[in-house]
Amino acid sequence: MIVGIVKETAPGERRVAATPDSVTKLIQLGFTVTVESGAGVAAGFDDGAYAAAGATIGDNAGAWSAPVVVKVRPPLDDEAARLGHGQTLISYLYPAHNADLVRRLADRGISAIAMDQVPRTTRAQKVDALSSTGNLSGYRAVIEAVAALQRPLGGQTTAAGKIQPCKVLIIGAGVAGLAAIGTARSLGAIVRAFDTRPVVKEQVASMGAEFLQVELEEDGSGQGGYAREMSPAFIAAEMALFAAQAKEVNVIITTALIPGKRAPILITADMVHSMKRGSVVVDLAAEMQGNCELTEPGRAVDVNGVTVIGYTDLPSRMSQQASTLYATNIVHLLEEMGGAAAFTLDEQNDIVRPMTVLKDGVLMWPPPSLPKPAAAKKPAASHGKAGGHSAPADESSSSGGWWPLLAAGIVLFGVGLGAPQSFLTHLTVFVLACFIGYQVVWSVTPALHTPLMSVTNAISGIIVIGGMLQIGGGLTSAASIIGVAAIFLATLNISGGFLVTHRMLKMFRR
Amino acid sequence: MTTSLLVTAYIAAAVLFILSLKGLAHPSTARRGNQFGAIGMLIAMVAVALHAGVITSPTLLGALALASVIGALAASRVAMTSMPQLVAILHSFVGAAAVLVGISNHLAPAVELSGVERTIHDVETYLGVFIGSLTFTGSIVAWGKLQGVIRSKPLMLPGRHLLNIAMLVACVFLGAMYLRGGHEALPYLLIMAAIAGVIGIHLVMAIGGADMPVVVSMLNSYSGWAASAAGFMLSNDLLIITGALVGSSGAILSYIMCRAMNRSFLSVIFGGFGAEEGAAPAGGAVVEGELVATTADEVVALLKAADSVIIVPGYGMAVAQAQHPVREIVDVLRAAGKTVRFAIHPVAGRLPGHMNVLLAEANLPYDIVLEMDEINDDFPTTDVVLVIGANDIVNPSALDDPSSPIAGMPVLHAWEAAACIVFKRGKGAGYAGVENPLFFKPKTKMLYGDAKKSVDAILGALRAG
Repeated sequence: MIVGIVKETAPGERRVAATPDSVTKLIQLGFTVTVESGAGVAAGFDDGAYAAAGATIGDNAGAWSAPVVVKVRPPLDDEAARLGHGQTLISYLYPAHNADLVRRLADRGISAIAMDQVPRTTRAQKVDALSSTGNLSGYRAVIEAVAALQRPLGGQTTAAGKIQPCKVLIIGAGVAGLAAIGTARSLGAIVRAFDTRPVVKEQVASMGAEFLQVELEEDGSGQGGYAREMSPAFIAAEMALFAAQAKEVNVIITTALIPGKRAPILITADMVHSMKRGSVVVDLAAEMQGNCELTEPGRAVDVNGVTVIGYTDLPSRMSQQASTLYATNIVHLLEEMGGAAAFTLDEQNDIVRPMTVLKDGVLMWPPPSLPKPAAAKKPAASHGKAGGHSAPADESSSSGGWWPLLAAGIVLFGVGLGAPQSFLTHLTVFVLACFIGYQVVWSVTPALHTPLMSVTNAISGIIVIGGMLQIGGGLTSAASIIGVAAIFLATLNISGGFLVTHRMLKMFRR
Repeated sequence: MTTSLLVTAYIAAAVLFILSLKGLAHPSTARRGNQFGAIGMLIAMVAVALHAGVITSPTLLGALALASVIGALAASRVAMTSMPQLVAILHSFVGAAAVLVGISNHLAPAVELSGVERTIHDVETYLGVFIGSLTFTGSIVAWGKLQGVIRSKPLMLPGRHLLNIAMLVACVFLGAMYLRGGHEALPYLLIMAAIAGVIGIHLVMAIGGADMPVVVSMLNSYSGWAASAAGFMLSNDLLIITGALVGSSGAILSYIMCRAMNRSFLSVIFGGFGAEEGAAPAGGAVVEGELVATTADEVVALLKAADSVIIVPGYGMAVAQAQHPVREIVDVLRAAGKTVRFAIHPVAGRLPGHMNVLLAEANLPYDIVLEMDEINDDFPTTDVVLVIGANDIVNPSALDDPSSPIAGMPVLHAWEAAACIVFKRGKGAGYAGVENPLFFKPKTKMLYGDAKKSVDAILGALRAG
């Protein structure tokens, strides 16, 4: 089975879907590889290297006619027209944005696998091109920012004065955001990060950045580990946060994407105007119309001394490494699809199925939904929406407690039927005192249980007043003599109990 | 003094008692709490004495003065290691006082009642005397066991549950007679008191020494309920409140202790645990391995090489009075920059919090004295564990041997440390009579002998070198 590696024709795209190394691996999987002449030149791989790895160097038509066509960018219109029934296309497709393209490909009767639809599962990571390129994009975003920035990121104290470290705000802590955090940190910046998904807080902290949060609690974790759209109240709160940060930070890197939608506007024109001159905004969502209102996709613009970078080709600017990673993802995918011998679009395969957009011209996208990830790890269990989950649990645990309550109610009813008023007054006091005792004693620290015991023991000597009430008439009756004995014993208890407690407590020191 | 003023005094006293318990939530506020309690008591006593017109009664003053002096002397002389005994004997005084107040009140009721109110009053009197008597004798037996006057092994009479039930039925029957008998019913009350006393003795006799923390806190609870019953009898809200506070406090402590041993309250109260004690290891799996003895010098070498040390104290440390030299060892190790902490099991010793009191007496700062849950995860990263006079609370078979009598009881994971030294008097089993596989583990070494002497030897060697 032949795999065709075609040359990228999109303007500025320097990547290629295979490297000489990946060609070797594809051949090991049983494929025959045809590489369009000059496909890897921009990424630093010439035809000779591919040929040495065992590939056939073909012309444009030869590569496009292969049963499996592999490329990076979605095909342009004229490229799509060259595909026909029985062929399989593997590339980025962004089916949500490119409905027209998908329809046209469907008309051609082909199968299409979208590299941007890799499921967010552990097993699928080897295929995850968005992660592998996102990692590079995040790195490059910081590098581009530093290149445009008129000062270093890290702080220093020099004979010529102190260099203040830069503050970097990173919005969206996905793969690109985390890579940007790591890069900015390693260059010495003070890094803050924001994300609507509470699950990433730990990841942000592990990269050494401060996790910014808005007062409002709302979980932005959407299907498949991506973010979802937030409520208007939450957006207002986060915008206020960004506005405040914009005045303070030197670099803002935005990476906020919502699958299938245009990127949310997070940095308004006003915020850009409020930034210090010489600051930089890098918009990694430029391809999806950008997170910054002033982003011009593909360009860097100067707004009152603030550079707004909207490059859409950041991975392409590191085309050699980006191609190598992408090519490895492709090898893993083709291996997952059964290699050359058993090549198939298996609808049972949990990696291939979600990536399948078209199968022989039939629309397969969107796939059946996957469960939401990492729900168990959600740290903010006591807040907001999560609070709703805990309520039923409480109910079920307390349902076992209904019978004692019912029994207590029946007993109270019985007592109420027969008992006189005076007794009930005392009963009220008794029951309430029991509850106070219960509440208060639970707060006693275990280290003080012995003093607790001796002080309650001393207090229970209060029974002395029972004796005192009996000796009113002097020592004339048996009752009063017994009363005196009671007083004596109880007083022993009081003085002994309080004193020994005092002795014990005196010893506790920090 | 008017009745209204008396009632307000009661309110003040009740609030002070609540604040007193609340103060014990933290060591820094505990002393203030104790003072609140004492002030509350003073207010209550003076108010009652004024109201009853006995403030100048020489009898009262004499009894108060004499008892105060004796109580104070006992409290200031008692060794901290004997604290459980003192607390137990003080409980018995409350029980006795409750019995006496009940009898006295029967002889000379404050108010004459009739009908339902009279019946209720009689029931209250009867109940108060019952609980009081049970507390009285039970506490004395507990004292005896703690003091070593009575052997601590549980007394297992044949058919002991039947015996208890029979005595209870007798008490109920006598109660019915008492309610019918009116003023001449005193004999019924006295006979019942005697039977309740026997129940108290029998109950506590049947409980093994290892369960003493539960027993003492249970008796603490009973003494509260006795006071509360007396309060109902005398229509005195302050007694009711105070009794309820003490009663619930003791009940919670008992519950905490039971939970710490993973056993139900009822099974402790009605005995059964340690029933296998006579036949000792029959309950648990046979332990294989060898006990390896060590010397103080070897322990010192281990300690010098260690960075982190956890000390697990038990009753053996209390008995040997070893807490002071232990403190000095800790001082030396901490001065050398090592991390030294104490791990306190909830039922270590013979009283809830017993070890904390001893360590505090030795002037150890309470922030290096940690509870089981706080420190249990740290054992794997600890270099040396010193188990001083503890046994069952570090027994791994509680976790991994379902046939062990202490199966399921949470224990300190001393065996997870790199090395474990067990200070032990002899080769016998622990209080619960269960073999301890910890002693046979390859990382464990035994340091035999009196804990104090062993600790002194280590201290000497540490200082010398």
